Amino acid sequence: MDHILSVLVFFPAIAGLLGFVVSKESIRAYGLSVAAIEFLLSLWLWFNFDGSYPGFQFVEVAPLIPSFGINWYLGVDGISLFIVILSTFITLVGLIALSIEKDLKNMIISLLFLEMTMVGVFLSLDAIIFYIFWELSLVPMLYIIGAWGGNLRVYAAVKFFLYTFAGSLIMLVGMLVMAYLYHEATGVWSFSITEWHRLILPEGYQYWLFLAFFIGLAIKVPMFPFHTWLPYAHGQAPTIGSVILAAVLLKMGTYGMVRLPLPMFPDAAVHMIMPVAVLSLIMIIYTAMVAYAQEDMKQVIAYSSISHMGVIVLGTFAMNPEGIAGSIYLMLGHGVVSGALFMLVGVIYDRRHTKLMSEFGGLAHVMPRYATIMGIMVMASVGLPLTVNFVGEFLSLAGFYQISHTMTILAGTSIILGAVYMLTLFKKSFFGEVTNEANKSLKDLDGKESMALWTLVFVTVWLGVYPKPVLGPINTSVESLVSFMHKKAITKEAKETIRPTVIEREAK
Amino acid sequence: MLEPISVSLETLNLSTLAPMLVAIVGGLGILVVDLIKKDLDKTLYVMLSILVLFVDLGAVIGQQVGDRGFFDVMLIDGLAVIGQVVILVASMLFIPLALTSKRFHEFSYPEFFALFLFMVAGFQFMVASDNLILIFVGLETASLALYTLIALHNRDKAFEAAIKYFVMGALAAGFYVMGSMIFYAVSGSVELYKIAEVLKADDYANLPVLLIGVAFMIAALGFKLSMVPFHTWTPDVYEGASASLAGYMSVVPKIAGFVVAMRIFGFLIQADVVWLRDVLYAAVVITMTLANIMALVQHDVKRMLAFSSISHAGFVMAAIMIGTTQANSALFLYWILFLFTNLGAFAMLWVSRHKASIWHERYDHPYEKFSGMISIMPVGAVIMALFMLSLAGVPPFSLFWGKLYVMSAAVNADYIGLAIIMAINSAISAYYYLKLIVYMFLRAPEQNDGTVYVQNASKPLQTIIGFSAFLTVFAVFAVEPMLQIITAYVQASGF
Repeated sequence: MDHILSVLVFFPAIAGLLGFVVSKESIRAYGLSVAAIEFLLSLWLWFNFDGSYPGFQFVEVAPLIPSFGINWYLGVDGISLFIVILSTFITLVGLIALSIEKDLKNMIISLLFLEMTMVGVFLSLDAIIFYIFWELSLVPMLYIIGAWGGNLRVYAAVKFFLYTFAGSLIMLVGMLVMAYLYHEATGVWSFSITEWHRLILPEGYQYWLFLAFFIGLAIKVPMFPFHTWLPYAHGQAPTIGSVILAAVLLKMGTYGMVRLPLPMFPDAAVHMIMPVAVLSLIMIIYTAMVAYAQEDMKQVIAYSSISHMGVIVLGTFAMNPEGIAGSIYLMLGHGVVSGALFMLVGVIYDRRHTKLMSEFGGLAHVMPRYATIMGIMVMASVGLPLTVNFVGEFLSLAGFYQISHTMTILAGTSIILGAVYMLTLFKKSFFGEVTNEANKSLKDLDGKESMALWTLVFVTVWLGVYPKPVLGPINTSVESLVSFMHKKAITKEAKETIRPTVIEREAK
Repeated sequence: MLEPISVSLETLNLSTLAPMLVAIVGGLGILVVDLIKKDLDKTLYVMLSILVLFVDLGAVIGQQVGDRGFFDVMLIDGLAVIGQVVILVASMLFIPLALTSKRFHEFSYPEFFALFLFMVAGFQFMVASDNLILIFVGLETASLALYTLIALHNRDKAFEAAIKYFVMGALAAGFYVMGSMIFYAVSGSVELYKIAEVLKADDYANLPVLLIGVAFMIAALGFKLSMVPFHTWTPDVYEGASASLAGYMSVVPKIAGFVVAMRIFGFLIQADVVWLRDVLYAAVVITMTLANIMALVQHDVKRMLAFSSISHAGFVMAAIMIGTTQANSALFLYWILFLFTNLGAFAMLWVSRHKASIWHERYDHPYEKFSGMISIMPVGAVIMALFMLSLAGVPPFSLFWGKLYVMSAAVNADYIGLAIIMAINSAISAYYYLKLIVYMFLRAPEQNDGTVYVQNASKPLQTIIGFSAFLTVFAVFAVEPMLQIITAYVQASGF
């Protein structure tokens, strides 16, 4: 299996094309089998992955437009491996719990295409290929939000598309400038990200390029003040759309930050730590407060999602192994937990066709199994120890503590604020007496839903209790990335801020 | 002062004229066929035209690059060859669009096909010469034929469009002649290469006068290329012409115009005439932006595509302003990719042409018409969406590569600001292309049994649309070979 990565990328797309032929009645089974095979393939990748090697593995290169330096260039390292597995896993779980009846075939085909673009973004090592998948992911998502969403779905879908599209075009200009500078320096055209990493640029260029890349990525994350598309998208999207959007698509932004601007422009990145950290803090605290003010369950989770993404960005910009590894771990954790929470809201929405907290109350009496899982996930979202988010949040904040104590303490309030709004949500909807007649006869989770949700619970707890098999490979790659950035940095300030590993630091 | 002229047949080098002669003779042949036997079916004429164009294409490819001929007014350089190839390929794709399942007035006349071939010959003359007079002759031949073709559609709107185009075209021709006159006045020649030499020799002594000439030229070519503020005719003419002809007009006359613009402005830009650069820069930015903003508010898909094609022309005009080899190659790459996508999009409209005004009393293709197309005709909706995404520049569809290469040329020539403006404009344009996708995919159908989308569909039309869609999707594999060939030709012509 030399071409396992290409297979991973194209398998869902080809399956999606063939899906047009499959009859409407059997399309669900078809989608599930394809997603399951894709998930097994990604697991196979993990088992064959050498966790002690920090560089890229399973690398594939094939010329696409050689005279312009564009190649089909894929590779996987500890940073991308688990996000790929997260994508295939969430797609599978999302398909299991899928409760949509209308145009099911179109939905499943769009999901398979979406899966291709997600896997493609995380595996590509050529900037143009990265960009292709990055942009292409907008199209199926546009359709999913726009065709199966709520009343404002078209507005939300178009807003989502245009925001990201505009931002990434700025990033594209950045890429072209980068390719030009690389050409000036070496005399050959290349869009290879690994080649770009090796290019040391003067500080002046670094700032502008950093900004170009950062804007494109920040809109996707979404960083404050570009976050306004996300509540709309989540508010209108169908359950499956929200699950994938929160669990995987947002991660493209933070993953892109680790992969592109940080190693390419370490000096500019170090210089930008404070502005970025301030934006992240605003994201964390402001959106947490906004989340508290929401009356709609889904909006609470949407805003909490932005708040958590703030912690991820903060961890990334700690520029040390703890922070970056922690932020990547938190990406996985947030993927699983927010995916589960959106799915849980979807469960109740399917039954009552409303998401307003005031409509509910005392659900724990009527739907005990549902309440249990919701309780576990609320705790996980808050960052309770022994759940996956705790590990990631702790490491991210511990990493940033080395940069700024005050800011980390402020960011730490996110955990308290998170507890406030999530527990309020839980209290309002699940405890007390059943006041609303309509809630008295609600059915508890059915088989599909239980299966999907218990799987997510299992992963949440497993990765919270024993993170080593995942954190190990991440850490290996991140440490080599950080020491690479340390070596590459040209300013003294950056050299001091980017400190490779704990051991080296103590040896000094 | 005049020396006696002795002409031998060899020095005339008539082979440089061969391609145009093929087209003209072909057009005359069609008329002769009609004389001999009346009321032959249009399929015959369509196939004859394709064959003539095919022979024409062979003659073009067989030409020696770097040749001059016919009193040195013909210039067969790389630009001439690529320009002609693009024109011929686009024409070969266009003419089968006449094979609709419904009967249309204009295609029953053999004159339509004869005029069409004359027009092609006119465009070929335009791109294969650097003599201002011959370019003018080519331009007028092509334009007059085109006005007639539009009017042959035989609707009120079509007459209006033809007259409008004619009046505007006449004005442009006037500007062109004035510009040429001033060029002649400052240099004593109508041959562009000689003008360049003379101007260089006396170190641009008459620059102010020359700039007036350049201004006239910008206006003249601005009309032909529908640059803002000379674009006002475009949407109305496209609306009046049949969708297929509108698609043709958005591609072929413009490539001819671009080649002429490249020849006229190229040497001035290389001589670093800052004024021209600045004016073109402004024109490019205004054309892109304004056309985009106007496209946002259109209610009719055809008018939207008209404004979008203005914006694309502005985008490509930037390449001429940049003036490097990479930029000039990017222009051709962009336009070839644009050819397939845009022709495909207009062909989709053409297929759905209907007589009754169901949705709107004025427009044939309002957005409402495509409402909910995905549930009525999924394949058509997906193909149309592909064309729209490609036009918006979503990777990996064809136009993305054109945009990428033009923007890269801008960046490499240190026009980063321009590249950012292009990026922002692409983002704006995404909105109106998305609007159609939103109607097709995200809305419920409105009183529609689906037959309207395939009113005119026939096997040849479907083949052309399928072909365009195929190239739109798999363009990435065609970019490398095309780029190689184009760059080689452009470089060989010294641009």
